[in-house]
Amino acid sequence: MYCSVVRHQNTRGLRSQLKDSVPVTGMGPQVGAYGVQDTLRSGFSSVKNELLPSHALELSEKNFQLNQDKMNFSNLRNIQGLHAPLKLQMEYRAARQIQRLPFLQSSHLALDTLKGNDESISFEDILNDPAQSEMMGEPHIMVEYKLGMM
Amino acid sequence: MALSNVVETPASGFNFENVSRNVALEGLLEGGHTKAPKPMKTGTTIAGVVCKDGVVLGADTRATSGEVVADKMCAKIHYISPNMYCCGAGTAADTEKTTDLLSSNLTIFSMNSGRNPRVVMAVNILQDMLFRYRGQIGASLILGGVDCTGNHLYTVGPYGSIDKVPYLAMGSGDLAALGILEDRFKPNMELEEAKELVRDAIHSGIMSDLGSGNNIDICVITKQGVDYIRPYQESEYKDKRQRRYKYRPGTTSILTEKIVPLELEVVQETVQRMDTA
Repeated sequence: MYCSVVRHQNTRGLRSQLKDSVPVTGMGPQVGAYGVQDTLRSGFSSVKNELLPSHALELSEKNFQLNQDKMNFSNLRNIQGLHAPLKLQMEYRAARQIQRLPFLQSSHLALDTLKGNDESISFEDILNDPAQSEMMGEPHIMVEYKLGMM
Repeated sequence: MALSNVVETPASGFNFENVSRNVALEGLLEGGHTKAPKPMKTGTTIAGVVCKDGVVLGADTRATSGEVVADKMCAKIHYISPNMYCCGAGTAADTEKTTDLLSSNLTIFSMNSGRNPRVVMAVNILQDMLFRYRGQIGASLILGGVDCTGNHLYTVGPYGSIDKVPYLAMGSGDLAALGILEDRFKPNMELEEAKELVRDAIHSGIMSDLGSGNNIDICVITKQGVDYIRPYQESEYKDKRQRRYKYRPGTTSILTEKIVPLELEVVQETVQRMDTA
């Protein structure tokens, strides 16, 4: 697997790419239509809740997979040339499109095999399994959100 | 029940929704008389020694929760693979879950590749996992095993630091145990000598540290196999509590026995048939 070879490298080039690549999504106010806080759906807003993550690991865990992928692809590009991450990302994109509708459980089998998650067990597989989540979303609202109509 | 404020399925893995609520709750509790319950820690003495034929790991068996002994026969030497065992100090749940995950991953690997995993592989997996969570997983582990490249003993700290040394002690009683190990360790010791050394190291940890106590477990890993001796030595302060308080049959002795037969005579007999169809 390509990831295991380049895991512990720490080149200067990587650091500059990671610095401004941590997206702070979900921490800002939940903006609804008209650019204001969507009180109906996400409740009353409070500056303290939104600006700071409540746990030290919350931000880093939210973006962990993204950052790992960025790092690995950038290393792969430096070693093997542009075609290698391009081909892999094309395959990831293709595998990500064959999902069920958002409110149903999809197995992500192709995506897991591509990423190598089918050969390892981590906390993502044990804790908070989405198949056993206690809350279910409204199907219409979830499809609208996914299609960007909300 | 379908909720209309859930727009995406929740992500799997750790869920940080209740953190701010917990912080607020703790603030409320500290002001009152109740305190939040402390997680069970294995304030511990664990030690390991590399000898000529393999690796000897030792641990005590006390688990504490605050100032109370929560478990007197806790098993701190966890199975990782047929050729590797791991002693864990720190929060009990964290060490158990981390070693469980590691063992599952290595089993998958050995099924895929058909080989026994090497100790370096286990150490690297542990290091990656613990560094990812920046020390929030409170597990200090001593990993020892025998593989095709020799006998190895590693320590992994909760923040992801590793160290490869011939003899080690971790836990709250590590200073006491290290004193014994530093004094009497020699490279390439015999197996019996190494077992005695580890036993003495854990014993000194038990005597000098409040968080360690009760029995001593020893695990000997060699190329031929694993010998998990639990307990290697029982503490002489065992309590003599019985588990059952019922009296055995025969506790009360029988003094005399008198049998009086009851004589009955048949007066009337009626037969009623049952419908079985």
